[in-house]
Amino acid sequence: MTKYIIKRVAMGLLSIFIVATLTFFLMNMVPGGPFVAEKSISKAAQEALASKYGLDKPIFERYVTYMTDFLKGDMGVSLRQRGRTVSEIIFSKFPVSAGLAGIAVFVALCVGIPLGCISAYNRGKLSDNIIIVLGTCGIAIPSFISSVLLLYTFGSRLNILPTIGLNDAASYIMPVTALAIYPTAYITRLMRSSLLDVMGQDYIRTAKAKGLSSFVTLFKHALRNAILPVVTYVGPMLASLMTGSFVVEKIFTIPGLGREFVSSISNRDYTMIMGTTIILATLIIAANVIVDILYKVIDPRIKLK
Amino acid sequence: MKKPIPSLHLNADDFIPATSEEKESLVVMRESVNFWKDGLRRLRKNKIAMVSLVFILIIIVFAYFLPSFWPYTYDQQIKYSENLSPFEYGKDEQARIDAGESVFPHICGTDKLGRDFAVRLMMGTRISLTVGLICAALILIIGATFGAIAGFAGGWVDNIMMRFTDILYTIPDILLIIILSITLRPKIESLATVKGSLWMNQVGPNSTALVIVFALLYWVGMARITRSQVLILKESEYVTAARALGAKSGRIIRKHLLTNCIGTLIVTTTLQIPSAIFTESYLSFLGLGVSAPMPSLGSLATDAVKGMNTYPHLLLLPAILISVIILVFNLFGDGLRDAFDPKLKD
Repeated sequence: MTKYIIKRVAMGLLSIFIVATLTFFLMNMVPGGPFVAEKSISKAAQEALASKYGLDKPIFERYVTYMTDFLKGDMGVSLRQRGRTVSEIIFSKFPVSAGLAGIAVFVALCVGIPLGCISAYNRGKLSDNIIIVLGTCGIAIPSFISSVLLLYTFGSRLNILPTIGLNDAASYIMPVTALAIYPTAYITRLMRSSLLDVMGQDYIRTAKAKGLSSFVTLFKHALRNAILPVVTYVGPMLASLMTGSFVVEKIFTIPGLGREFVSSISNRDYTMIMGTTIILATLIIAANVIVDILYKVIDPRIKLK
Repeated sequence: MKKPIPSLHLNADDFIPATSEEKESLVVMRESVNFWKDGLRRLRKNKIAMVSLVFILIIIVFAYFLPSFWPYTYDQQIKYSENLSPFEYGKDEQARIDAGESVFPHICGTDKLGRDFAVRLMMGTRISLTVGLICAALILIIGATFGAIAGFAGGWVDNIMMRFTDILYTIPDILLIIILSITLRPKIESLATVKGSLWMNQVGPNSTALVIVFALLYWVGMARITRSQVLILKESEYVTAARALGAKSGRIIRKHLLTNCIGTLIVTTTLQIPSAIFTESYLSFLGLGVSAPMPSLGSLATDAVKGMNTYPHLLLLPAILISVIILVFNLFGDGLRDAFDPKLKD
C-alpha cells in the first residue's frame, strides 16, 4: 500500500513537472511578447522592460531560474498587472472559482444522487425514461451553450436574474446552474448504473429474503455500496470545474481563476500563464491521485497492481 | 420374455427417400450470421440509434452537399442586407423582387456583415464535423497502433509504453490544448502558404492546429482499450496457430488482433467524434479556436452573444445545432456499442 501511494504521488509530481516544462517552452514559442501589444511604449522602453524581467536571457537559463524560484515558493511578478505578484493574484482569484465550483458540486450531488436512485428504483418505467433522456441531454449540451441560453432567458428576456458578477446570492444562480448541469447528469447516470449493478448482488437478495422492505434494502444496503463511484468522481469533478469554468466565468463576467488564465494567454503574461497553469494542473492531478488512493482504501476488493 | 432382436423390428417405411418437403424442414432456416450481420441486426432494432443515424446523415448532407447548391457563399457580403431576420429581404433585394426577379430567401437571416446565415451555419457545421471526423481517425490510428504494440509486446516494452500513457493521461487536457494550439497556429499558418500544403486552407490553419493537438492528447484512451483487448486476444489459439505457421508479429497484429477487436475500435472512435466537436466549439467560443472568416459553430455562437437581445436567432441556431450534433453522435455511439460490443455496456 505504501509503495502504491509513493508510486502514485511520484507519478503525479512527474506529471506536474512535465506540464510546467511543456508550458514554459510552448508559451515562449508563441509569437509576440508581453510588451509588444502596448503601442504607447517605445522600442527602447520595451527592451528595458524585457531586460528588467529577464526576458532577454536565453530561454534555458530563464527556465532554470523560474523553476528554482518556483520551488522556493516564488512565482514571480505579473508582467502585465504591474506591481502585483502572481501568487497574490492567484490567491485573490482562487476563492471565487473554488466557491463557485464547490456550490456547483454540492448542487450536482444533491440533485444527481436522488435522481439516479429514483431512476434505478423505477427501472423501465416512465420516470426512469424521462430521467435517462434528461441525463443524456445534460451530457450533450456544452456548458457555454447552457450558460448563454440561461443568460438569454433569465437575464435579458425575463430580466429576473442579475447577469454580471457575483455580488449577491441571486447572481450565483445562473453560473452555478450552468456549471452544475454536466456533473448532475453524469452523477445521475453513474448512480443509476452502479445502483442497478449492486441491486443484482447476492446480499441484496438476502436482505430481501429477510423480509426487508424494498425501501430499506435500497437505503441501508444498496446505496452504501453504490455510492462509491460517485464519491470517487467528486474530487476530479471539483478540480475540473475550477479549471473548466473558463467559459462560464467569461460569460457571466466573474473575476475567477479561469478568466485570469485565458486573459493571461492572450496578453502573453508569461509568469501568470505559468502560475495559473501549474496551480490548476496541480489541483487536477492531486484530486486524481487522492481519489485513486482513497478508492483502494475504501474498497479493499480492488486489487493493488 | 425374450427381448426382440432389433434387426427384426426395423420399419421399412423409415428408409423411404425423403420428400422435398421433409428435406426443407431440415434446412437451417436462418442463414449463418457473421460478426457484422449480427451487429447490424442488433443495431437496426435499436430505434434510438437508427433515428440518430438518420439525423447524422441529414447533418452530413447539410454540411457537405447543401453549400454547393446554395446561391450564397459563406464569406459573401450582401450590401444593404445586414442583420436581416429570417425570410426578410434587404433594400436592394426588395427592389429586385419588385422588378420581377426572383431572389433566394435568407432562411436564417443574415449577420451584421450581410452574410447569409444559413450557409454560414452549414459551413460551421462542416468545419466542426471535419475536425471531429479527422480527429477520430487520427486517434484511431495512433491509439490502436500504440495499444496493439504495447499489448502484443508485453513485458518491459509494455510497461514503459503504459507508464508514458499514464503520465499523458494525468496531464490536464484543456490547459495543454489551449497552450499547444496557440503555439502551433503560427507554424501551421506559415506552412499553409507553402505549395503542397494548400489543402490546409480548406479547413483553415487554426482547425488544422486543433486537430493535431486533439490527436496528440486524446489517443491515450484508445491505446488503453486496444491494449487490454490485445492482451486477452493474444492468448487465443488462432494466434498461437498463426505463429506456429511462421507469421511475423506485424502480420499477427494486423490480421488477427486488430481485426478481432474491431468492434471496440469502431465504438471508441465514434464516441471520440462528439468529444472533439465539443472541445472545438468550446475553444472557438473562448476565441482560441477557428478564426474569421471561417465559421465554426462555436465561433458563430460567440459572435452572436453580444447582439443576442436583438438577434436571438443568430445565437439559438448554432447553439441548438451543436447540442443536436453532439447528442446524436453520442446516442449513435451508444447504439453501436450495444450492437457490436455488448461487453463494454455499463
